[in-house]
Amino acid sequence: MSSVATTPAAGEVVGMSPRKRRIIKALDIAGLIATIVTFLGAIFWAFPLYWALVTTLKVENDIVQPGIALWPQRFTLDAYTHVLFNTKIGTWYINSLVTAGSVTVCVVLMSALAGYAISQLKFPGRRILWWVILASFMIPIPALIVNHFVLISQFKLFNSWLGVILPQLVYGPVTVIIYKQFFDSVPKELREAAKIDNANEFQMFFRLYLPMNWGITTALAIITFIGAWNQFLWPFLAVTDEKMMNVTVGITQVTDAFGVKYARDLGSAILAGLPVAIVYLIFQRKVTEAIMLSAGIKG
Amino acid sequence: MSAADTATDVPAPARKKRFNRTEVLAALIFVLPFVVVYAVMFIYPTLQMIWLSFQKAPLIGAGTFIGFDNYEKLFKDRLFGVAFWNTVYFVVLTVVPSTMLALAIAVGINRLKGWTQSVILACFFIPYILPVSVVFRVWGWMFDSQFGILQPLIALFVGENVPVFRTLPLFMPAVAFITIWWTIGFNILLFIAGLRNISPEIYEAAALDGTSRWRQFTRITWPLIWPVTVLVLTIQLIAQFKIFDQIYLFGNGGRSDATMGLVQLIYRSAFQKNNGGYGATVAVVLFAVIVIFSVLQFQMLRARGEK
Repeated sequence: MSSVATTPAAGEVVGMSPRKRRIIKALDIAGLIATIVTFLGAIFWAFPLYWALVTTLKVENDIVQPGIALWPQRFTLDAYTHVLFNTKIGTWYINSLVTAGSVTVCVVLMSALAGYAISQLKFPGRRILWWVILASFMIPIPALIVNHFVLISQFKLFNSWLGVILPQLVYGPVTVIIYKQFFDSVPKELREAAKIDNANEFQMFFRLYLPMNWGITTALAIITFIGAWNQFLWPFLAVTDEKMMNVTVGITQVTDAFGVKYARDLGSAILAGLPVAIVYLIFQRKVTEAIMLSAGIKG
Repeated sequence: MSAADTATDVPAPARKKRFNRTEVLAALIFVLPFVVVYAVMFIYPTLQMIWLSFQKAPLIGAGTFIGFDNYEKLFKDRLFGVAFWNTVYFVVLTVVPSTMLALAIAVGINRLKGWTQSVILACFFIPYILPVSVVFRVWGWMFDSQFGILQPLIALFVGENVPVFRTLPLFMPAVAFITIWWTIGFNILLFIAGLRNISPEIYEAAALDGTSRWRQFTRITWPLIWPVTVLVLTIQLIAQFKIFDQIYLFGNGGRSDATMGLVQLIYRSAFQKNNGGYGATVAVVLFAVIVIFSVLQFQMLRARGEK
């Protein structure tokens, strides 16, 4: 595609027949319009986030003034200091970190182990297990909320970290599938060499297969973390105690007693989204790679 | 490549060959954590859900078996009809527009190069990685009926400020629009991957023939990108059928029945009305619908993988 998109050098155009020159000119105008539209689209897409961010940096009185101020006239961090010191957002942050972190570690480790066994080891029931994992793609997890809730109540885990974590571990199967594919492509010669050195399966996994696939492990860990941090429905159901809420739930369920304060509401939202935004900006490549792999496309 | 086609390359279990005992033991230890979690958190709740749908039961506590009564009630329940059609309406408003728009944007982005491409892609993609609560706050502010930045624009057409999320005919389209804004990055990503797989030589040949840009799109890009389009459509279909978070948040905690979706009906029946049996029944229906869509998707992936 790229060769068509590039602007032809002026010299090339001069040597062509007028008809061809016209066509190329027409092509370039179309291309230019497409590029401009794409840029405008990107601005339109990013604007709501920018607007929210700028609003949080304004004085509350300026926010409700008529007119559109794209930059704060009076710059302030009051919204953030208020949210940080006068709400439970610190506790919610810890809850989100602990639950999303635990989900990530458990899902990745569990899936890597299972993916290794399915990929490299012969054991009875392997084929059935593989088909069950593939079939579980179809199960809509939101449909399980009622019975997850019953289960969590039976375990007496309502309003606890573990209660938030456990049902989220069912997001594992895709990770197992991706791991199996990556372990499948580790060269067999390495396995043979390790076998000659008398390596057992655990050494094989921890010293050979896992280190060889660190790239995919970090990618999977990052999107599992983002997914767990962003969960809304289950943490919303499993927790009613304000002290145990995740940040995504807390900021929407606990409201200020003093009525609407736009800067504060938006400030708390920005703080809730900040960790995943930072993770994404740092690991852009990894995030996109992992997302495409989970959709069944090799990037 | 895809999840589906790797299924076929598991070597047939060697029935005649004996299993190596230490290998089997190691394998059991490796799969144990996954299998335990999977059985307790996935298979057991799924079976429980089906069993619960045949009972008259509170959310927590023992119920009595009532056969298909819940299902009978379901098909007479006006609220189920509302929830079902709202979900379908939401799916119609989001799936195809989001897919088509994503393709257009992906074609636009694919023309760019280097850091401009990354920056523009990031603009479209960043909403996708944000939690729903952030999306809710950001767009709640954009559409705010008093000070929202979009209200002057709305007032220009309607003549006055409109509380968008409290105006029934506007609710679903607005939430659908916001959902497209939120999730389109995912579709764009898949389309860009698909576009990169199209060989540039095909376009070079077309350019030499003086083929117009539009004909290049309809004759080359569109047919070659079709498999990705199908993939995106089915993924979106399945994802949007499970709509809950946005409708619940923008619907002010789901106070109005008129904006209810299927997952919200599960929540309402089981958690707010303490009718676990009926909630499970709605869940089974949602489950069935999505399994049907997924089987279709699975078959398509497999067909693609075997080519």
